[in-house]
Amino acid sequence: MSLTFSIQTKGLTKSFGPFTAVDAIDVEVGKGEIYGFLGANGAGKTTAMRMLCGLLQPSSGTGTVAGFDILRETSKIRTRIGYMSQKFALYPDLTVKENLSLVADLYAIPRALVKERIAEAAERSGIQDLLPRRTGELPWGWQQRLSMACATAHHPEILFLDEPTGSVDPLSRRVFWDLIRAEAERGTTIFVTTHYMDEAEYCHRACFLVDGKIADIGTPHELKTRHQVSTLQEVFLTVAQLARRS
Amino acid sequence: MQKAISIEGIAHDHAGENALRGVSFSVPSGSLFGIIGADGAGKSTLFRILATLLKPQKGRAQVLQWNVENEYHPIRATIGYMPQRFSLYQDLTVWENLNFAADIMDIHKREKFQILNELLAFSRLSPAKDRRTGRLSGGMKQKLALCCAMVRKPKILLLDEPTVGVDPVTRKDFWDMLAQLRGQGTTTLVSTPYMDEAELCDEVLLLHQGRVVGQGTPQTLCQTLPGSLWNIHGSESLHVFAHTEPPFPLISLYTMGGDLHALAPKGMEGPQILAEVQRVCPRAQHILEATARVEDVLLFALRNGGGKHEPHL
Ligand SMILES: Nc1ncnc2c1ncn2[C@@H]1O[C@H](COP(=O)(O)OP(=O)(O)OP(=O)(O)O)[C@@H](O)[C@H]1O
Ligand SMILES: [Mg+2]
Repeated sequence: MSLTFSIQTKGLTKSFGPFTAVDAIDVEVGKGEIYGFLGANGAGKTTAMRMLCGLLQPSSGTGTVAGFDILRETSKIRTRIGYMSQKFALYPDLTVKENLSLVADLYAIPRALVKERIAEAAERSGIQDLLPRRTGELPWGWQQRLSMACATAHHPEILFLDEPTGSVDPLSRRVFWDLIRAEAERGTTIFVTTHYMDEAEYCHRACFLVDGKIADIGTPHELKTRHQVSTLQEVFLTVAQLARRS
Repeated sequence: MQKAISIEGIAHDHAGENALRGVSFSVPSGSLFGIIGADGAGKSTLFRILATLLKPQKGRAQVLQWNVENEYHPIRATIGYMPQRFSLYQDLTVWENLNFAADIMDIHKREKFQILNELLAFSRLSPAKDRRTGRLSGGMKQKLALCCAMVRKPKILLLDEPTVGVDPVTRKDFWDMLAQLRGQGTTTLVSTPYMDEAELCDEVLLLHQGRVVGQGTPQTLCQTLPGSLWNIHGSESLHVFAHTEPPFPLISLYTMGGDLHALAPKGMEGPQILAEVQRVCPRAQHILEATARVEDVLLFALRNGGGKHEPHL
């Protein structure tokens, strides 16, 4: 076990019957790193992320997240990570504050700290003035900021973000990435997927998954140099051509 | 030119967000027409009205010769609509979902097989065609919903953010297909958060807080940007916070991938602008004049277009 890595896997694999969704990946993510996890639809990003979060049992391979074993210590992992899923996970009929209170319970934030943590998370996400509002009536970008506040209220060591900026407008996407950056500067490790290649440029390192395997990894600068192109969009188009399956 | 869709003074307000506050425009028959704007600008409300799912509180909307308020039968029989939050039968396989969509739309048996296979090939879903829909990845579901909306090859396509969650390769294929459909006379109204997609439209409508704040071809929209636009590059990725005020006298300064874009008053020289930028971003190294793109125009509208980029309190 290494203490320098927040996430470390060896040969991590997930099969569904004869189909191998994630195929023996070795991942190493440093503490405080913003790690972009990129790939075509069905490449295996969400499946890999769910294994790292302890939500899905790997078929084979080993790994640690926040120093804990992903096979045997999933409950310890759960309390040390924040996860924002690709699907909408808030209650639209509840207020912003109620949604935050629910996760405070979920993560068993001590009674005495709840009020302070909710206020802090709301403040960091810039939604402190929206606490009494019904969640479902807020514009999408703001609901995503609330999701971010919910995923970080318990001060996780690692934050897993699965396509957090899906249908978010260009200005809100920049604001959202400022939140991610601030979280990383506080020492939180960020593991993030996106289909916006300009966002991939904001990552410290980007990893390209093709048919469940790691096809390339590096800093944005290294990747662009290696493929002799000027954007990560072009890197994506080149790397994705290696894909064989759906 | 013949109009496929025309909208006059449409207003609709429910719960404050996503409201329309007097929107008028028309979509020429056979064109590829894009709608962009902030989250909550009213895009989805507009789609729901055109798909006859929501009656506008004020104004008039027409699809071909039919009025959305009382002639919804012919409209529903003519359009293909993909809502932003679509639903698929999770227990059916990919093929069964497509088949079901074809059957409720009365597609002739003989054509059906070919159409469905074409759609599967285009969406690269063929290898997954016997997989249960609930087990697809997010983007694969999105592509399947899109295929279902296109089964009938409708004359008018209403697509509300069809490519959200769709990977860059498939997005490109998808837009090639829209261009091909346009060649065959289909009218498409499409909203998107991807500004590179807006640039592929014949005409783009920019909605902000329920009002039209810009309309034109991507080229003419780009010409509306005031001042001159510059690209600033460094050996590492550059960054400025989205909420920082630009250093005076710059009009705006924001990140664009690993670079920065600065909007400066006309007449200001490159070195002078670079010096200002370096005050907030010391790692900025090189500056070049840049061509404005739709993303620059939208960002300008969202920041400077009046009102705040914030929900109503
Ligand atoms: N429970 C399951 N049973 C069978 N196949 C599955 C299951 N879960 C996922 N898969 C398959 O595994 C592959 C990877 O899916 P995953 O959701 O990880 O992709 P992704 O990279 O997140 O894609 P996207 O960008 O579209 O979100 C897909 O082909 C999917 O259909
Ligand atoms: Mg996914």
